[in-house]
Amino acid sequence: MIKWLRDVGWRYAVVLVVCAFALFPVVFVVSAAINPLGTLGSTGLIPEGASLKNFVDLLTGDHPFTKWFLNSVIIALISAFAGLLISVAAAYAFSRMRFRGRRVGLLSILLIQMFPQFLAIVAIFIVFTEVTELYPAFGFNKPWGLLVLYLGGALGVNTYLMKGYLDTVPKEIDESATMDGASHVQTFFRIILPLVGPVLAVTAMLSFIGTINEFLIANVFLRDTEAKTLAVGMYGMLTDKRDANFGMFAAATLLTAIPTVSLFLWLQKYIVSGLTAGAVKG
Amino acid sequence: MTTEVTGAGSASSPHPGPSGQAPDQRSRGGRRGDAEQVRRTRELSTGFIVSRIAVLGIVAALLIYALPPLIQTEAWTALVVVGVVTALVAYLYLTPRHIPAKYLVPGTIFLIAFAIVPIVLTFVTAFTNFGDGHRGTKEEAIRAIETSSVTQVPGSPEYYLTIAERDGEMVFLLVDPATKAVQAGTAAGLTPVDGAEVSLTGKVLTAAGYTVIPTAQAAERDAEIAAFSVPTPGGAVKATGLSRAFEGKADKSYDAACDCVTSPSGGRWVADEVEGYFVDAEGKHLDQGWKVDVGFANFTKALTDPTISGHFLNVLIWNFVFALSAVATTFALGMIVALALHSPRVRGTKFYRILLILPYAMPGFAMLLIWRDMFNTDFGLISKLFGVHDWLGTPTTARLGLIVINLWMGFPYMFLVITGALQAVPRELTDAARIDGASAWAGFRRVTLPLVLVALTPLLISSFGFNFNNFNNIKLVTNGGPYAIDNSTVGATDLLISYTYRVAGFDSGVADFGFAAAISVFIFAIVATVSTVAFWRSRAQEEVYS
Repeated sequence: MIKWLRDVGWRYAVVLVVCAFALFPVVFVVSAAINPLGTLGSTGLIPEGASLKNFVDLLTGDHPFTKWFLNSVIIALISAFAGLLISVAAAYAFSRMRFRGRRVGLLSILLIQMFPQFLAIVAIFIVFTEVTELYPAFGFNKPWGLLVLYLGGALGVNTYLMKGYLDTVPKEIDESATMDGASHVQTFFRIILPLVGPVLAVTAMLSFIGTINEFLIANVFLRDTEAKTLAVGMYGMLTDKRDANFGMFAAATLLTAIPTVSLFLWLQKYIVSGLTAGAVKG
Repeated sequence: MTTEVTGAGSASSPHPGPSGQAPDQRSRGGRRGDAEQVRRTRELSTGFIVSRIAVLGIVAALLIYALPPLIQTEAWTALVVVGVVTALVAYLYLTPRHIPAKYLVPGTIFLIAFAIVPIVLTFVTAFTNFGDGHRGTKEEAIRAIETSSVTQVPGSPEYYLTIAERDGEMVFLLVDPATKAVQAGTAAGLTPVDGAEVSLTGKVLTAAGYTVIPTAQAAERDAEIAAFSVPTPGGAVKATGLSRAFEGKADKSYDAACDCVTSPSGGRWVADEVEGYFVDAEGKHLDQGWKVDVGFANFTKALTDPTISGHFLNVLIWNFVFALSAVATTFALGMIVALALHSPRVRGTKFYRILLILPYAMPGFAMLLIWRDMFNTDFGLISKLFGVHDWLGTPTTARLGLIVINLWMGFPYMFLVITGALQAVPRELTDAARIDGASAWAGFRRVTLPLVLVALTPLLISSFGFNFNNFNNIKLVTNGGPYAIDNSTVGATDLLISYTYRVAGFDSGVADFGFAAAISVFIFAIVATVSTVAFWRSRAQEEVYS
């Protein structure tokens, strides 16, 4: 028994304590969301009653929550998908080809992504004021403008992650494909992409989550209520009436969590291998 | 690695050049040669032709979309850039050569347009006084001064006013009370309008090409209407209310001979090219200035201006403390849980893993606001559980609170990453350590930890960089506070970035974009230096770039 405690028991103890730490804010959100009073002051860890009032208020109230939800999911999905394609193509070149400027290219990507896009928000604002004049479809209050802006960050950490993963895929595989007459395009789409599935899934998920959570640039970009994303819209919701809207805000948080949490659960078996295989190899 | 630097920047150019593919290929030269041959013979396959037609189609569509607005606004530089880039891209995807570039160019274009250009613009802005009062060119400032000085003088012509829109731009439809002639006034000037339908009271009912805005809707835009002016020779047309307008005389006018602004009442403001203002004899300046280069003034201001530099050091220290403890705490907790679950004897690891990564999957911005409210003094959960205390209103607890919140948000990522790294540590190594008589702790300390650290250094460094600028955490939870009573510009939990955001006046007050850009450059320099040194010291460098 003592040996069991020393070898295995402590593991359960640690995990349970950390799980409690991880879960109590989530429990608090759930409790607030089903709390019929819907105020901060009346919310505890254990709800005093249960109703869907907050959800109903949220979906039927003044805030166009469903519109925000759609905006967020569409922007995040497209930018995750397009960013992934761009990024994995670059990682393929960096991992499989040798060309002049390869090292410098890798280093510059690393250096540039240390300069967070937010630091350049003033410059971005200036650029997009011009863009709005010339091409309104890619300007302020339009999802496309935000989308191309997010794609500016596509070459970054993700490229590294995927390059590292690609390095672990034996070169002989694609070389034999080349010998069999496959062009580089065929090798890329038919051989490489299927092989790196896990890392693609994980990178897409990380980028999806990052985009859903992005607040600052979206806040500058999207001023029309209808054009807002969840982060911008919900922030406004809580600054309006902090105490009274709390239940609705918690309900909105839970609904926002649905896409990301389901992605997590769906990709769960890939996450660990995808996230670290590249890092470990370096 | 210094020898390789000679090829600087060619990775981001669309043309690594044919010779660029040579150096590292020799070892595999034979196979590449075969591949080259194979591809040559494939050139006229269906796929080849279809893909080339697709390339041309996309290029044509892009040009048709992008060029007309540039021609219309006579933006010739932009036109040349777009043209050259499109031509290069078209060439790149039509030729079978430059294969690496084909894969790198899409990302590189976005990187240049939306990351590098903003960075360069930020550096350029840091050397100017760009901000409120210094937004445009000198000509724009002069025009603004002249039109804003327009006043109604006896005998000024008056008009009936109708607010309308054309292509989304506001237009004044002006009706001459005597002749009933209708003119359209835009920011460019006056143009006659034919065939407009005018009511008895002088309101325009319909006018071809213009959308009349109903009075109720116009009333909501009264600020915009009051600021709108239609330039005319010697003055401007401005609105008085929603249905009248007058053509006034400019009180101030620019005189190119003395490079100054004068008014008939004897005022005289001389252009000061250093400050970017028109200044009178007593040193007072007009509100509207223009953008000028100020050299290093913004940088020296951050270091020497007593109201700013006095706090700079404190903020910097807390910034480092926050970033380092954020990395250390998340790494430590992630490591502890990962180790606890890293045993075949623990059941249900999958289930625990799902619970543990839940904080990471929850929407971060919303959870930060939830945490803020959990720390609320009167209603918050923390006060209910641990006793009422002004948690975020006391510097020490506010700082601890932020680190705890960051730990909650950040440890699941570290947990996942470390789990993967632990799985990659060969079992023979830890087994060998145990057989040699090392305790579990010594085995971890001397074998497992170093291996995991080497593997994760790049991620730890990028985590440091991220937390150094963790604007969301600070902004959404404490907004930099608590503030000392005598100082409302800097709070106890401000990071450089949130401090900058406030000093630069993004929240409210006067925006000083030039100064904000200078601080951005500072932050960039700090993060880049720390990261470079860290990379240098770790052997991860060899690992990553090999």
